[in-house]
This record gives sequence, C-alpha cells and structure tokens, in this order.
Amino acid sequence: MEKLKAGIIGPGNIGIDLMMKIKRSPYLETRCVVNIKESEGLDIARDMGADASAGGVDYMIENHPDLDIVFDATSASAHVKAAPKLKQAGYFTIDLTPAAVGPYCVPTVNLTEEMLNMDNVNMVTCAGQATVPVVAAINKVADVVYAEVVSSISSKSAGPGTRANIDEFTVTTRQALEQVGGADKAKVIIVLNPAEPPIFMRNTIYTKVKNTDIEAIRSAVEDCVRELNTFVPGYKILLEPIIQNDIVTTMIQVEGLGDYLPVYSGNLDIITSAAVNIAEKKAQQLARRAK
Amino acid sequence: MSKIFLTDTTLRDGSHTVSHKWNTDDVKKIVTALDAAGIDLIEVGHGDGLTGSTINYGFADYDDFEIVRAASSAIKNAKLTVLLIPGIGTVEDLKKAQECGAKAVRVATHVTEADVSEQHIKAAKKMGMFTVGFLMMGHMASVEKIVEEAKKMESYGADVVYCTDSAGAMLPVNVKEKISALVKNLSIPVGHHSHNNLGLAIGNSLAAIEAGATYIDGSLSGLGAGAGNTATDVLVAVMNKMNIEHNADLFKTMDASTNALLPVLEAKGVKANTNLDTMILGYAGCYSSFLLHARRAALRFNVDVREILIECGRRKAVGGQEDWIIEIASDIAKLKR
Repeated sequence: MEKLKAGIIGPGNIGIDLMMKIKRSPYLETRCVVNIKESEGLDIARDMGADASAGGVDYMIENHPDLDIVFDATSASAHVKAAPKLKQAGYFTIDLTPAAVGPYCVPTVNLTEEMLNMDNVNMVTCAGQATVPVVAAINKVADVVYAEVVSSISSKSAGPGTRANIDEFTVTTRQALEQVGGADKAKVIIVLNPAEPPIFMRNTIYTKVKNTDIEAIRSAVEDCVRELNTFVPGYKILLEPIIQNDIVTTMIQVEGLGDYLPVYSGNLDIITSAAVNIAEKKAQQLARRAK
Repeated sequence: MSKIFLTDTTLRDGSHTVSHKWNTDDVKKIVTALDAAGIDLIEVGHGDGLTGSTINYGFADYDDFEIVRAASSAIKNAKLTVLLIPGIGTVEDLKKAQECGAKAVRVATHVTEADVSEQHIKAAKKMGMFTVGFLMMGHMASVEKIVEEAKKMESYGADVVYCTDSAGAMLPVNVKEKISALVKNLSIPVGHHSHNNLGLAIGNSLAAIEAGATYIDGSLSGLGAGAGNTATDVLVAVMNKMNIEHNADLFKTMDASTNALLPVLEAKGVKANTNLDTMILGYAGCYSSFLLHARRAALRFNVDVREILIECGRRKAVGGQEDWIIEIASDIAKLKR
C-alpha cells in the first residue's frame, strides 16, 4: 500500500518526535518539513530524507501541493494565520497547537468518519489527550457533573510555547473536558515541577458523579486505559478510581516512548501519538475508499 | 534604612488556616481594620489565588470575585491585592477581579518557572495594575537561579519581585544572601514573604529588611498556612523599635488582630496562636512577669494594658518592681478623666 504523504510545520520537540513516530508507521511518510528559520529540526528532517525548508508554510504549499496530511506543531497564533492557507491547499490538517481552529479531537473518544473528512482537527493539549478519555469513560457510566484535573509535568518537557501560553493551555483543556469528556463543568490546574531527574507526566482526575457505582467506574476506566495503551503503551493507572461521597479520584501517569524526547516527556508523547493515530485512521479511511 | 511597605495577607494566606471559609462580612470587618491601621497592600482571596476554589485545594464558600467586591467596599487607602498563580488562574480571571475592585496583583510561580508569568505580568501592567512577581519556594533555588528568574519578571514589567519562603524553610543567612543578590541585580524593589515553620518568620523578615528588601508580608496574629506568616502586628512593633519608617499604626494593627480577626476566628472555632500583650512586654522592655500584674491592673483601673506596659518601660522599671504597675495604671486612669 502506498503511504500517505505527510508534512510537518514546526520541527521543534513535537515536530521531531512526530517524524520519528511517522517513520515507524506503515501508513505514513514524512515528505516535507518546514520552519521559519534554519534549525536542528530541519537538519534532522533532511537526514531522514524529507524535503526540509526554512521557507515556512508557503514553501510547503508551493512545492508539495500533493501532501495528504499536514501536522502543525507551531503555536496557536501561528496556526491561526496558517490555517486558511492550509485549507485552501486542500490538506487534512492536524493541529497540535491550542488554536482550536477545527474541532477538538481525542481519538479514543470522539474520532468519527465525519471528522476525518474535515479539513482541520485540533489535538487539544497534552493534558487533554491524557485526561479527556478518563473523564469520558467515567461520564458514560456515572454522569460527571464536575471534572477537575491537576496535571503535573516536568519543567524540562514544557517548551517555551506552552510556558508563554499557559492560559490557553488550561482553558483549552477545560473546554475539551466539557465538550468532549462530557463533564457539565470542569477546571484544569497545571503544575510545572523542576525536579531532577525529571518527573513523569502525572494527572490527577477528580470527578463529581451522579451515579456512585464505583465498580462500574473502575471497569470503565480500565477499558479506557486498555484502548489508550494500543497507541500509548506508557499510559498507566497510578491510583485506580476511589470514591469519597460523590467524588471519584483517579491518578494516571504517562511514560513516553523515548523516541526523540526522553521517557519523562509523556505529555508530549501522548499528543504526538494521538496525532499519528488520527493520521493512520485517515490513511485507513482513504484505503477503504480506494477499494 | 529605606521605608518599608507592608502587604497584609491575613485574608489570602490566612485563608488556608480557615480552610478558605471567609465570608463577605468577615472580609469587610478585617479589611476595614487593616485599612485604618495604615497597611499599604491588603491581599484577599482563596489561599491558592484566583479560582483556587477546587477539590484539590478546598472549596471556598464565596467565590474570589464576591470576596474582592466585599473588600473593595470597605477599603479607602490601601491597595486591594489579589494573588494569581498561572496554571490555576488566568488573565480573564484577573480582569474580572479588577472589575470587582482589585488594584494590585501578585503573580506567583515556582522559583524556577518565572517564564510562565510573562503573559500575566504583561497583561496586569497593561491593565494599569500594580504588579508584583512572586517567586515561591525560594529555598529551592540557588542564589544565581533566583536572580535569573527575578530578572525575567523584571523584564516583563513587574513593579516588585519577591523571594517567597513558602515552606518556612529558610534561615536568616539564606534570606540575607538571596535578598542581597536580588537588590544588587534588580532595579526594582525586592520583597520577602516568610512562614514561621521554624519560628524564624520575624527574624527572616528583619534579615530581608537589612539586606535591602522594602516590601514585607505579614498577617494579623501570624495567621497563614503552616505555622503562619510573619505577624504583621509584631513586625510593626519591631520596626518601630528599629526606627524603620513605614505607614502602619502599631495599636491599630494590634486592634485589627484583637477586635476584628480574633472574634471572626472564634466564631469559626479556630484558635489563633496569638498573645499580643506579651509582645508589648518586649516592645516596651518590661520584666516578663509584669504581664499578669498589668492585665489585672488594666481591668481594675479600666485602662489599656499596652499603655501600662509601655509606661513601665518608659519609666525604666526593673525586675521586682511590680508595685509600680498599680501606680502607673492609676495615673493613666486619672489622666483619662
């Protein structure tokens, strides 16, 4: 089967990690990587055989109009500017910034055929990819009236983009917990921890529920983790759901694959893994259509 | 020594002590007393800052904006201040707080993570607020690191930067070292916030002042997370003894503790760890066993125990002269008539 042709905008930590994951994929190949200046990421892309350029989005559109999928790993403000051009070029864009031009997509929860037909989907945030599935799973069996997430990530794995836009990070994650996770209301707290060696990403997920059947909640969360493990093997439960009154506490940890970023950067790994997962689903959809 | 500006955080850090259960009447009462005492900045809200009311940190009965509005209605001179911890609260929350009357904000990050405050410090300055960068857990970073992080906050436009001893883990020598380095390397004022977990809150505050800090935090009767903060009342007394210039009135600050804070705490079943009469012994330089005698005399002659003890100190009474207390109390009572 012919692989889908992918482009990457912004070869920083996330962009380079994407390249490495795409390299392993039976469905995808990286054809073009662009940045707005020469960088280490572009050199890595060249070494991997992609056409790498400091000519930005315009270079990509002009020279690679035949790309099937474009990953945008820049920043929210950059994506807002690029999105109309990418749309006009006819690409299927997977946006890894919190810009949210397209709908929030958390693959195990709301990825549909219809979404794959859109021109732009948004990957929420790393905390969103890590916690929305659990909230959605609990919501299905217990009806979540309020979800609260405390996400701790190592300082080293929070890049300058995340740091300069921490409000966008918390607000986007909150909205995804409500809109995709199904919580009536949500609150997100993010804590950066500079400890050495760096801590693994961990998320504490509190949910206030209407139905307090803890066994049903536990089994829903177990199913959810099993499904996530198909593409994020390092996702695991640290504390299985426990309940006090109507508040369920669940803690999870994400260990990354260690592709480009070290294993403690589970937060970045989960969002790149989810993005590649969507791209592969898109490839499978196109393959079905071709038959 | 330079003039010191006081920030009282009874209604913010002290929120931890009452599990964030201040009501709007408590806030008005305490703010009124602090404002009358000449405190420069009065900080209010959930202990974890704007929108800190959560499962993780504990729910408050009133949201931050109701609290800010109540405080604003009672304040005349002091700058009404809120805390904003990026990652918990947002610029949107700060805008709402400003609409409710907040005039100043402290943007707080872990001591090594100042760059997450850029968005908020810049926004606060643009909104015309007095903006303080608040580097928490100051004991966890080296002198070089804290200077580097403080410089970031300065570059974003902060009016003041704090070295905050959130864990009450610093010794006076550490405070001196860090504050001196900040004063030397920054062109904006430097502040210090201490916790009394090692019994060093006042000592550390003085070390900070001696090293050049000009913004110091306190809370009435030392209310606050853990063993509490530097007691504002004690700090004012000590600064008076050192002839350090500041805007607070000692008796009115003590009254804010005794008449505003303590009844509110009692109603909540919280016992404050305070004994302000004993502080006056030290302030006036009285033999310590004078305390109970002075309290009895105060009741007998219906005068303020503080005035008795201060007069004992002024007359240079020495140990063994408890008899003077009666005479002094009687004199004060006569003068009053």
